Amino acid sequence: MAEKHLMCGNEALSEAAVAAGCRCYFGYPITPQNEVTAYMSRRMPEVGGQFVQSESELAAINMVFGAAVVGARAITTSSSPGISLMQEGISYIAANELPAVIVNVMRGGPGLGNIGPSQADYFQATRGGGHGDYRTIVLTPASVQEIVDHVILAFDLADRYRNPVLILIDGVLGQMVEPVEIAPPPAADLPAKDWALTGCKGRPPNKSRSLILGENELLEMNRRLQEKYRAIEAAEARHEAVDAADAEILLVAYGSPARTCRSVVRKYRERGYRIGLFRPVTAWPFPSAALAECAKGASAVLVVEMSAGQLVEDVRLTLGPAANVLLLGKPGGEVIQAGELEAEIDRIIGLHKMKRR
Amino acid sequence: MTTVFKRPESLKDTETHYCSGCGHGIVHRLIAEVVDELGIRERVVGIAPVGCAVLAYEYFNFDVSEAAHGRAPAVATGMKRARPDLIVFAYQGDGDLAAIGMAEIIHAANRGEHITVFFVNNAVYGMTGGQMAPTTMLGQKTETTPRGRNALGEGAPIRVAELLAQFDGVKFVERCTVSKPRNVLKARAAVKTALSLQIEGKGFGFVEILSPCPTYWGLQPRVAMRMIEERMEEIFPLGRIKEPAAEG
Amino acid sequence: MAKVTIDSRRCKGCELCVEACPHGVIVMSTALNDRGVHFAQPARLEECTGCGLCAVMCPDVIIEVEK
Repeated sequence: MAEKHLMCGNEALSEAAVAAGCRCYFGYPITPQNEVTAYMSRRMPEVGGQFVQSESELAAINMVFGAAVVGARAITTSSSPGISLMQEGISYIAANELPAVIVNVMRGGPGLGNIGPSQADYFQATRGGGHGDYRTIVLTPASVQEIVDHVILAFDLADRYRNPVLILIDGVLGQMVEPVEIAPPPAADLPAKDWALTGCKGRPPNKSRSLILGENELLEMNRRLQEKYRAIEAAEARHEAVDAADAEILLVAYGSPARTCRSVVRKYRERGYRIGLFRPVTAWPFPSAALAECAKGASAVLVVEMSAGQLVEDVRLTLGPAANVLLLGKPGGEVIQAGELEAEIDRIIGLHKMKRR
Repeated sequence: MTTVFKRPESLKDTETHYCSGCGHGIVHRLIAEVVDELGIRERVVGIAPVGCAVLAYEYFNFDVSEAAHGRAPAVATGMKRARPDLIVFAYQGDGDLAAIGMAEIIHAANRGEHITVFFVNNAVYGMTGGQMAPTTMLGQKTETTPRGRNALGEGAPIRVAELLAQFDGVKFVERCTVSKPRNVLKARAAVKTALSLQIEGKGFGFVEILSPCPTYWGLQPRVAMRMIEERMEEIFPLGRIKEPAAEG
Repeated sequence: MAKVTIDSRRCKGCELCVEACPHGVIVMSTALNDRGVHFAQPARLEECTGCGLCAVMCPDVIIEVEK
């Protein structure tokens, strides 16, 4: 068993990338993810890797494109305004079907916003984010250990599906220090990168492009991409359910608010209330089937997120207009306190005249 | 009989989409010839820009990737950092490199990335229909400078080669043209010097090539070539701006 | 005598080869090719020295020279 280390989320994700065999980090400083750029500037040379502090997030994501297209594992990290700048490159990476891992340590927006923790980039992450019909796989860890596991998973998913994978965390998780175990993952059974531009020795030249001008060719390319996305939806939707089976009130949250939800659920269970938590672990593909199952017996579904209401739309899409889906949303880079959540739960209990068991 | 001239192996035997008399075809061929001569066809990776040369990956007979508009030097950086054994070049036009991609080219140059950049300067945007480029000459009429480019408000043409030559990381800069056979042969020599520099691991090499756009200059191809000599070379003087350092 | 071969089907009629030839070997056709342009063709091959300057200037790489 590997040793446990105390690390903050941002450092742990950096070391996890190294463990996953990534030797290319490109990034531009932005708060609250600066620990990653600093860590990687020291760590990459130690492991024979490459660190470039790029001139912008535009350049960083295109350096990732370059490393990916020649067959290397590459990662970049940023925070909300920087991720907006990267959208052009992410669209190209998706269109060229290249593997890449991008971490967004979300902060308050819109605009320059603030450096407080936020989840207001959910729409951007789960709907593609840039131009064109594409999707990125979106992982949403809720602990430092899960950040590590997700970074390792992200590289495998990116290689398996030749698709960008986004990891959404927030400033709370980025700064949070927890014990973690970082072990090099067992070799995954991944497809060979025969598409990579590695010099055309012994084979016809490879090209990587997304300008597709022939009649119906772009339509066909899009249909192929959509088929891939359907396959990802079928195979990769992940979730965690806590006390959800008999829940009258089902909380839905991801990332650091899910931690608050988890402890509040425990507290209310101890008092005898039937309350549970559904945590999407992948925001795309969204674990719709599992959510529908977990929400079956709930009189109220309360979505808890650090935004004005984005995850709640996927929950409403899943459960339909008849479901009683409520929102406790807090935008502006502000953390949702346990007290606020409890007040909302008490209100729902009163409204529905819920009884203790 | 011996062959004096035939199509290089590194250039696919296919028709290009370029207009009659366009310089891109000549520049493509020069790069292909040098790649063949240096024996690097199986380890070279090119980057096609956004602009008229966007389809360059259809013409070169070796591995080529696209890059988003202006981002070729960043893509090249990622490629070369990940695979230092590859010979990486970016092929860029004046809008791609000197307008939307100015940050990427300056910083790749300043970092001294071990890549080669070929900059085809024809003083106009071709693909979008003849608009002003950062290198459009003063007084030159384009779709978006109908009264001729005016320094006041529209800026003066940017001399990219001189701009990049100041960085220590940049090891070789030459400006050449394809206006006549003698100049084409000089351009070929510059392409060879730049790629050789990368093979030897010596740093960033940059070749600017003044090239005609007969279509959007509104000139016959032969006249367009004379225009390069009569007007463009005054603004963009030919020659070696930075010599590769001597051995040692 | 040298030999110049021009793939006239692919010629775009830019005339840069005509301009480049020091001996006036290449002329433009009166006929049109399938692209609808007057194409370059070697006319006075007896004057050709095989210098290859026509091919050096050809943007469409459709000229082969032997000598």
